[in-house]
Amino acid sequence: MTRTEPGQPLVTLDGARKSFGAIRALDAVTLTIDRGECLALVGHNGAGKSTLVNLINGALAPSGGTVSYGLPDGQVVTGGGGMRAAGIRAVHQELSLCPNLTVLENLRIPQRDLTGRGWRALAAARIGQALDRIFPGHGIHPRAVVGDLTLAERQMVEIAIGFAEGAIAPRLVILDEPTSSLDASIARQLLTHIRAFCAAGGAVIFISHMMGEVFDVASRIVVMKDGRITGDRPTVEFTRETLVAAMGHVAPGAASARAAPQDSATILTTPEGLTARKGEIVGLAGLAGHGQAAALARFYLGRTSDWRQSDPPAAVFVAGDRARDGLMPLWSIRLNTSLARLPGLVRRGLVDRRAEAELAETWKARIGIRSDDLTNPILSLSGGNQQKVLFARALATAAPVVVMDDPMRGVDVGTKTQVYAMIRTEAEAGRTFLWYSTETDEILLCDRVFVFRNGTIVAELTGDGITEAAILAHSFDQRETA
Amino acid sequence: MRPDLRILLPVLSLAVLLALVFWLQPRAMSYRGLNLLFNLAVPIALATVAQMIIIMVNDIDLSMGTFVSFVACVTATFVHDTPVIGYLMLAGAVLAYAAIGALIQARDLPAIVVTLGMSFVWAGLAVLVLPTPGGAAPEWLRTLMTARPPFVPMAVIAAALIALVGHLIVMRSSFGVLLRGLGGNEKSVAKAGWSPVLLRASAYGLAGLFAVLAGMTLVGLTTAADANIALRYTLLSIAGVILGGGEFTGGRVSPVGAVIGALTLTLAASFLSFLKLSSDWQIGAQGAILILVLAARLLFARRARA
Amino acid sequence: MKTLLARPWIWAWVAAALAFALTAAISQNQGAWGLAVAALTFSAFSVIVGLGQMFVITLGPGNVDLSIPATMTLAGTVSLKVMDGGAGAEVTGLAIALAIGAGVGLTNYLLILLIRIPPIIATLAASFLYQSLAIWSNRGLRVKPPESLAEFAVGRSLGLPNLALLALVLSVLAWVALNRAAYGRQISAIGQNPRAARLSGLPVEAVRLATYMLCAVLAGLCGFLLSCFSGGAALNMGQEYLLASIAVVVIGGSSIGGGRSNVPGIWAGALFLFLIVSMLNSYGLGAGVRLLMTGLIIIAIVAVGSRGPRGT
Repeated sequence: MTRTEPGQPLVTLDGARKSFGAIRALDAVTLTIDRGECLALVGHNGAGKSTLVNLINGALAPSGGTVSYGLPDGQVVTGGGGMRAAGIRAVHQELSLCPNLTVLENLRIPQRDLTGRGWRALAAARIGQALDRIFPGHGIHPRAVVGDLTLAERQMVEIAIGFAEGAIAPRLVILDEPTSSLDASIARQLLTHIRAFCAAGGAVIFISHMMGEVFDVASRIVVMKDGRITGDRPTVEFTRETLVAAMGHVAPGAASARAAPQDSATILTTPEGLTARKGEIVGLAGLAGHGQAAALARFYLGRTSDWRQSDPPAAVFVAGDRARDGLMPLWSIRLNTSLARLPGLVRRGLVDRRAEAELAETWKARIGIRSDDLTNPILSLSGGNQQKVLFARALATAAPVVVMDDPMRGVDVGTKTQVYAMIRTEAEAGRTFLWYSTETDEILLCDRVFVFRNGTIVAELTGDGITEAAILAHSFDQRETA
Repeated sequence: MRPDLRILLPVLSLAVLLALVFWLQPRAMSYRGLNLLFNLAVPIALATVAQMIIIMVNDIDLSMGTFVSFVACVTATFVHDTPVIGYLMLAGAVLAYAAIGALIQARDLPAIVVTLGMSFVWAGLAVLVLPTPGGAAPEWLRTLMTARPPFVPMAVIAAALIALVGHLIVMRSSFGVLLRGLGGNEKSVAKAGWSPVLLRASAYGLAGLFAVLAGMTLVGLTTAADANIALRYTLLSIAGVILGGGEFTGGRVSPVGAVIGALTLTLAASFLSFLKLSSDWQIGAQGAILILVLAARLLFARRARA
Repeated sequence: MKTLLARPWIWAWVAAALAFALTAAISQNQGAWGLAVAALTFSAFSVIVGLGQMFVITLGPGNVDLSIPATMTLAGTVSLKVMDGGAGAEVTGLAIALAIGAGVGLTNYLLILLIRIPPIIATLAASFLYQSLAIWSNRGLRVKPPESLAEFAVGRSLGLPNLALLALVLSVLAWVALNRAAYGRQISAIGQNPRAARLSGLPVEAVRLATYMLCAVLAGLCGFLLSCFSGGAALNMGQEYLLASIAVVVIGGSSIGGGRSNVPGIWAGALFLFLIVSMLNSYGLGAGVRLLMTGLIIIAIVAVGSRGPRGT
């Protein structure tokens, strides 16, 4: 399958290491990437994929070991400056276009030779050709302002910029979850292009959570776990089962099936059609970005007010995107924990700081926040422990409904198991949970599941009907998966 | 590609205001009338484009008024008396602007506070250069600003020229793309290997250049200067950018719109004087116009989204 | 516990003390005590508006009230006109000044909420309306304050200027509100992350409204006191407090990016601003150099005090 051309490897990592403070994100990775290869990089969240990619594209410098690049003229250079000359392009997971610029102007940002007389025509030609080649029939005008494009179109533009011709032609393109906002037919166009690009001697590093895509396009699969490469073999030597096993698939603590509280009253219904009974754990499933988070936000904002804070609140929110939706970065662990509970801690107009400290200590013990001193800054905690603080903030209130927006992102297995148990206990005590999760294992823990597709609910599953197969079947448009 | 709606509101505001002025004062509909109406528009338009460049990189310049005053003082003294030293001082002022931009980026400082501090610095320098009102405009500048070209008044020609040059530099050139990119997504520009410090310094330097031209043309019109001559330009320039369809964040600006915004503001002042509005309310009316246009912009934005 | 050196306001106090020492050393005719009294008196005004501005700035990036000078002028002129120099109307005058502040704060907030313009532009545009109202209301006439108020404003109790004592009381109240009441937690949370604050159940809009009103009420009070102190309201009386209100907050070590503020720094910033001008004055420097130095020093303090380059 692999058609290795003679000559230097495009990129060679030799014992590359990267640490952030005490955390070792990447541990002595040795890897070469040759021309003509499509290398899939797989692993769970936090396995070190992003760090590895950032070392290759020069965004980070290795703490130890070397990263060297083979230039088109046969020279080999070491260090971050080489990546541009070697024709290495990176398409990032988080969208990194300038929304105020047009499509062709966005091409100008990475391409330094686009300057002087007639640069616009040249840029329009380059990006237009790339779009035509990768996504035939795309309908994106090079003079369109990126902010006016849909999410999918922006992702297409970003991919096209990665593959566009330039002063230095692309030789290795790194694609980090490139299909996350694309529909199936456009994703297929991309996969076709990747195969053609590699057949012509280019190389691609492909990061995806979609197993089908990985097996479809990769010539070689590199498996990462805990900052190390744990498997590196041609694709043909893997099956889905062996690949999942190699990633170290973690099964959650056995989902203790319990009788759903059929008899309790329905306490909430939303315009989308979500319903929940008292003490029920309700899952919101489906592919990421199909309206689940928006439905939760609408529900939460509708139940609470911009003008009045009731005690106890009608609902509390547990954020998954911690930095955006949850953390108060300047505060201590204690202040972050007590925030939602604040109205109940006020005595004679002032915050009762002793009661507050007690509250924080209680929750530290209950949920296992790992810190010697709760007056330490919240940012001194690891991601998992920060998430525990956000759970504690919500559960410390007496709110009858807890809204959870994919709260387990980047959380370690131990924490997850602990939190699952806590959610179960709280539900049995009568709290209702609305839980959006991108992980099927978590959805399987729910009493009732609503599957979202394109912003609407397409299925409601209960009891034994909640299976991975059923959720997947409803998540995809059947016409396209057929 | 759809037509840019952003430019529609400023053009409409200007047209409505112009129609009102002509209706109140039909004699304004002449060469002389237009010349009078837009007489002071040139320096305001230049200052507005300068402010627009700062807003384009997500900052705001609260020292614009004192800086233009300072430039006016230098122009009316050093540039008039000893041109070489005068021009060197102005070049130094542009470099100082670039240095402020670099400082703001390198230390991640709030532009509001730094430019507020700079407003003291420029005011102090202006007082040092010209302690009492006076000075004289350089002859060539006076001739240029009071020229009477056939058919179209100088102010209108100059405004069109400023809009064109601004458009070419900011919207068309590949350099302008980088500066707007800094306002649109600083991270992605830095990731592509550009130095944000250098880019922000360039943006500030370019703004400084336009502001220098604003101060010089102002002296060409008034023939004398004082340290407080252009203090209201801080507000006028910010208002002009907003009237012209610019946004405070995200690098979404329009040089053509900014110049139209400046013309609208100049016209608004004439309009208010035609209305024989009591001088008590002149300032307030400007604030009210600004609020009205911002409210109208909100309606436009809603309509566009719908 | 944090040590004294780690306090964000400590450097402002050091700078203020230094400026005091340098000025007192060469001002023979006044003496250190006289200088201290003058500094406390004039700083009181900056402190009162600075406290209001501090609460607004704590609300996060873009939040700043540029209508403070116009509010001071409006409150000063209208309240003095109503009192008309007579005895017995003092309480009415004060109430009017505070009510004007409340009205201004409400107007500012409504503009921000309804027109969705950044606070800096909303308060700036609205300040022209307030300024016009002030011009219209007094038509350039200078009304003297009632005797009792004028005496209070320049008088002393326990050897300290009345105004400084009043500002101190307000500062203590502000400290309690900021550090011990739920309100302080709320503005800090909104300043750090408004979205997360709303998702944690905070009444975000109510807190914003309260903050803009509080700031304007303090500006109204300051305008009232200043016009009593200086024997009448003047149309440009608030001018220098635009920069001063922001500068004292920033010099005092509060974060201009919001979320982190402190009250002691406001006093240090206000004293420093006054003393630096006195110092340059007593060294015989002209207005130009004074302005120049003040600006450079403010920038230097902000540059040194910043948390460094982005992302660290």
